[in-house]
This record gives sequence, C-alpha cells and structure tokens, in this order.
Amino acid sequence: MTIVIDRTRSPEPKEPHGPVSVAEKYRAKKEDNGHLYKARVPIYPKRVTGLWRRIKWAVLIATLAVYYITPWLRWERPGNLPDQAVLVDFAGRRFYFFWIQLWPQEVYFITGLLVMAALALFLTSALFGRLWCGYACPQTVWTDLFMQVERWFEGDRNARMKLDAAPMSFNKVWRKIGKHAVWLGIAFGTGGAWIFYFDDAPHLIRNFWIGQAQVTSYVSCALLTFTTYTFAGTMREQVCTYMCPWPRIQGAMLDEHSLQVTYRYDRGEPRAPHKKGQSWEGRGDCVDCNQCVVVCPMGIDIRNGPQLECINCGLCIDACDEIMLKVGRPKGLIAFDSVEAVTLRAKKQPAIYKYVRPRTIYYAVALAAVSSVMLWGLMHRSLVDLHVLRDRNPTFVRLHDGAIRDGYTLKIGNRSFQDESFTVGIEGLPAVLKTPGEASTKGLLTVIVPANEVRAVRVFATAPKAALTAPNIPVTFTIRGGGHVAAAKTIFLSGRANQ
Amino acid sequence: MSPRERETDEISGVETTGHEWDGIKELDNPLPRWWLWVFWASILAAVIYWVLMPAWPGLHGYTPGLLHYSDRVKVVHDLDALKAQRGAEGAKLTNASLEQIESDPDLQAYALAVGQSVFGDNCATCHGVGGTGGKGYANLRDDVWLWGGTLEDIQHTITVGVRSGDPDARMSQMPAFGRDEMLQPAQVDDLTEYVVALSNRKANPAAVQRAGPLFADNCAACHGPAGQGNPAVGAPSLTDDDWLYGEDRQAIHDQIWNGRGGVMPAWGHRFSPETIKALAVYIHANAGGQ
Repeated sequence: MTIVIDRTRSPEPKEPHGPVSVAEKYRAKKEDNGHLYKARVPIYPKRVTGLWRRIKWAVLIATLAVYYITPWLRWERPGNLPDQAVLVDFAGRRFYFFWIQLWPQEVYFITGLLVMAALALFLTSALFGRLWCGYACPQTVWTDLFMQVERWFEGDRNARMKLDAAPMSFNKVWRKIGKHAVWLGIAFGTGGAWIFYFDDAPHLIRNFWIGQAQVTSYVSCALLTFTTYTFAGTMREQVCTYMCPWPRIQGAMLDEHSLQVTYRYDRGEPRAPHKKGQSWEGRGDCVDCNQCVVVCPMGIDIRNGPQLECINCGLCIDACDEIMLKVGRPKGLIAFDSVEAVTLRAKKQPAIYKYVRPRTIYYAVALAAVSSVMLWGLMHRSLVDLHVLRDRNPTFVRLHDGAIRDGYTLKIGNRSFQDESFTVGIEGLPAVLKTPGEASTKGLLTVIVPANEVRAVRVFATAPKAALTAPNIPVTFTIRGGGHVAAAKTIFLSGRANQ
Repeated sequence: MSPRERETDEISGVETTGHEWDGIKELDNPLPRWWLWVFWASILAAVIYWVLMPAWPGLHGYTPGLLHYSDRVKVVHDLDALKAQRGAEGAKLTNASLEQIESDPDLQAYALAVGQSVFGDNCATCHGVGGTGGKGYANLRDDVWLWGGTLEDIQHTITVGVRSGDPDARMSQMPAFGRDEMLQPAQVDDLTEYVVALSNRKANPAAVQRAGPLFADNCAACHGPAGQGNPAVGAPSLTDDDWLYGEDRQAIHDQIWNGRGGVMPAWGHRFSPETIKALAVYIHANAGGQ
C-alpha cells in the first residue's frame, strides 16, 4: 500500500456556506500573493557523503559520459553513408545505430524499445521503488550537477541560506553571477551535444560556430539550453512534483512489498533528542536531528512515510547512517525497506520480504516477451522490401493480338549497405515482364537498386489471351538477389467480364 | 434591464456591474490577467504589422509598409527560382538522346514527371487521363501505332501533329468511298465483309470473294495487299484486334463510306523541345515501348 500525502491540498475545508464561487476562490488565492500557483518554498539541500551518494556520482558520470561522447563515436559504413555510430538522419530519413540502420517504416522497433523501457521501469519500481527517479532520470542527473556548481560558488546549506538572506553586496553578486554563468555554460553544452545526434558531429561543430549550420540546429540548441537551465537550475523538484506524470503513475506499480527508501518507525519511535550518556531504554533510535530533512533535494521529511515527492535517491540514508554512527547506534534507521516488513516488525513479528509476487512475475514475463519478440524481429528482419501498386488508369490494355497488359509500379527498398541486382518474376500467370527503357523483353527482368535506397520501377506484365481465365487473377511478384527474397501479392485484371 | 446602483455582493465581496435582468445581477469580476496581457499584446502586434506590412487602403493605392512585401513580387521570385532549378535537369534533357533519357533511371523519372503533368494538361482532353483514347482518338497505351511507335516516331508526331495544317504534318486522307460515290453501296457492303474476314472473323464468303479485286484496287495501296497497314502513311492494320472507329460491321461500313480521319495539333509551336522529349518518353514508357 502506498500512502500519498498531497501537500497541495488544504488540510481542512473552511466553514461551509453553500456553493463556492469563483470570486471566492480568487480571493482565497489572494492570501498567496494573489498568484494562481503556490509559491515555491526554497530548498537548500545539505552536502552528504556515503554509499548512496557515491553511487549517485558514479551514475551521474556514466550517464553524462554516454550522452556527451556517443555522437563522436565513428562507425565505418560503405559508400556515401554517414560514418557516425549513432545518428538520427531526419533529412535522409534514416536512423543509424552502429551496425543497425532503421528506415521510417521500421519505427516499430523504436516503439518496441519504448515499450521495453516502460516495462523495465515498471519492474524496477515494483521491486526497488523509483530508482529511475533517484539516479538515472536526466532531471535528477542535471539537477545534481547544478547543485554541485551551486555549492562551489555559494557554499553549503547554511552559507547559502545566509547569502540569500544577506543584502546585496559585491560578494553576493559575483557568486550569483558566477553560478548562473556556469549553469548557462552547462546548459549550452547540453543543448549543443543534443544536436550532434542529428547531423555529422565534426562537420556540425565547425558549421555551428561559423553560422553555417541549419536553423533547426540553433533553435534546438537554444531550446535545450533554456530547458536545461530552468529545469535543473530554477525549477528542480517542482518538475518532479508538478510536471512529471510518473509520481502519479508509480502508485499503481508499488505495493507493500516494494523496497523503497523507508524510515523504520518500528525502531525510530518515539523520537527525541538524545544527550551523550543518556539511556536508550524506552525510546526510539531517532534523535530528531533533522539531518534526513536538510539533505533531501525534494525538501520532504521521509519520516512521514512514503510520499509523492520522494524520488528514492537514498541521500537521507547516508545522512542518517552518519548520525547513527556518531551516537553509537546501528546503521539503517532509514534504509531501502518495504512497508510490509516495517509493519511486521512494529508488531514484533519477523519481517517478510517477497520479491516474487504476481505483479513482478507479470512485469518480468511481459518484459521478457517483448524483448524476445523485438530481438527475433531485429535478427530476422528482411533487408529488402517489395511493394506493388497496380495501375488504376488504365486498369488493363488490350494489345493487337488480344493479349492483355497490366501496368504496375514496383517499389523495391534495399536496406543493405551495397548495391543489389534483383531479378523480378511473376507467379500465378504465364506473363512476360518488361520495364520501360529495357531493350529486350526476353530473359529475366533485372533491376539494380543502389545501397540504402528505394527504387520505383514501372513494370508491364503481358499475358496471352489463352491464359486469361478469370476477370481477376491473383498474382505474386517476387524479387531475388544478393541472397534476399521478397514477394508481394496483387491481382492481374484480364478485361474479361464476369460470367 | 434597468440600470441600478453598483453594489457589493455579499458572498463574494465583488461589486456588481449595476445591471439587472429579471432579478439576475452580474458580478464585475476582473478579467483574467493572462487574457488581458494577450489582448494588449495582440493590439501591439497589429500596430507593428501596420508599420511593416501593406495594410491601409488609400485613394491612390495602399500603405506599402516598411518591408515593401508583395505577394506578386514573391510569386515572380518563386517562379524564377523554379526556372533556375529546372534549368539544370532541363539542360540534361536538351543534351541527352531519347534513348539515353529512357534508360537512365534518374532522367527517366524526371521525364516521366514532366510528361505526366504536360500530358494531363494538354493531351488528356482527347486521349484520356490514362492515355487509352476512345473512338476516333488513338489508344496510346497499347502496342498499335498509326504513325510508328518508336521514341523518334512519337516525338515527331507530337511536334508536327496529324492533319494539323503544319507543313510537315503527318498527313493522310482516306477517301470517302461511299459518300463521294467512288464505289457503289453494294461494293461498300462487300468490302465491309472482306475487312471483317481480314481479322479472322466469320464473313459472307461470296461477298469476300467479290470484294477481293476491289480491295486490291482501292485499299491495298495504303493498307497493304494483306491489310497489314503502313505506319509511314498512317494506315492502320486491318488484321488485328485494334479498331480506332469500332470493330463491328456497322462501324467498319461507316468508315469505308465516310473515310474519317482525326486531327491532332502540332505541339512543336507550343512546347519547348525538352518538353516534347519528356512527353515522348512518357508516352513511350507507359505503352511498354516499341
């Protein structure tokens, strides 16, 4: 069971006196400076050290490294194809990922990837809570980075609070300007790195600085600079609490067995300040030092139980462990634990942990199923496409000897990295194939399709009078070449009336 | 409605507008702030627009605006740009032979696109959108060609036309054997049977017998002794399944009687040589080629 404490709602309805008018609501908001939105309560998270903080740094460095380095990786491809390992080529309508290249019509692979990501998120949330939010989400990563910059310029919690309260001075101004300048620098770097995913990075970086890049590059860069700066610099926890849908959705994923950052109230309560040498008898381990609150980047008190705002980053665990060490009590007053286990321990019963539950089984099976389907699809996908469009006008043409000729447009897509020569055939009718510009109608019709391209070919199928037995004759066009085979069904209209 | 004094509403603490409709009063709530800002911003945008763009009509024209924008000028620019863009591909059409155009995939695609557009605007009126023609209008999709079906033949026919008045026009005139009383009505009947027999259909053997010498004397000069036709003079084959004016006895009789022949304009006076090349490739390619 998830307990969600919604702080945006007022605790008690006011004295009821009939329906509440719009004007009344407006007046009620006036108390909040007349703004329609709740004013932000500034948060000054304190620096913390410990296991979870170290893991958070490691994930931060790893994810940022992947983000910034990926566009610069090279991957040799034949011919005129781009040599960038990961490239979303909108102009050429191609997506390159190392040895894989996808065409727009294969976008379902991306869809599948997103479905897999969603299911993986469900599974990890059901097992370990919002690990994504606390460690890997870009909002968390960049906010962490921006907070670190903030500490370099303005110091830790107390120094920052003092600085913000202090009157304007040279010291305050240069620290603020320095902080915002570095923030903007990082934000620009973030937006700048983004555009390299959509064009050849070494070319783009030169063109970008000499003003020769496309307008979209500058607009994208400016947009991401702006969002990075505002989201990670000034909005921070508000993005998670008010803008992101995931805190609301996660309520359906978590249950009483999910591990999440938990205050073990069975051990902590009743809480009270503790002086050195005092007895621990008849009281809880929580010394009410408030360290878990001051380190929290979301500005919440974890001791109120699992709540909407908590991103499961575990910084309060580090803060609490440090205190427990000092006061000589065992670590883990705040820890990754389940609601069920804490409830049982509070009742003096042994804790039970259940990782294999119907919920986790469903998520795992669904994830495995989608992953295997995607993998199978990727390994068995054809590198050759054939689509046939039958001529609508004229539907058929009668020739001088009574034979019938139908016109088709064959679209042959060659997703391989080399030019392929395809032999076109037709099955279901003894028809002769011909394409405009071909000198001879004898022999097999061959079409050369350049690497990584689609070619549209007009093909005429001529069938002798004797072969035309029905008004509509089902036929199949086939192409073969370079070890690839593709087929497409269509019909041959014979011009015979229905009998 | 009666004007009343403005009063303060008890519940909301907001003033009323001072109007009353059958006992219903209206609160004078302030406009939403965002709405007000958008309102002022729109007015500002309009003023800026007046300054920059053509806006106000006057007695002798209109205020041109600082940017001097004009749709007409823009169209001229766009057309120039289009011409410049087409110039490159057009030059390729000028220099390449018809065979080269048709066998090069890129040039062929360009020629087909140009050809389709020109055909739809000019040729489809008679030959149909699909090019299949109709009674008296040649089918351009099949393998029967009155004036020859090679690329060069088609290009020439488009350029000079058929019976168009152009000095080089494709020219032939089938006599109106019946109307001009060159043959007796009975002889026309016999010739009709003869032509039916030529295309392997059942005919009156006696009539066919009688018409043999008539055909040799009057028809074979153009249509050939065996009725196989002659593209050089636009004489169709009488032995196949293709009939410009219809395949039944009545239609064949009418044709011998009246000697009809269609007219096609000489497009060389209207189209550039490149356009005619593209059109020839379009027609040739869509007919399967000859």
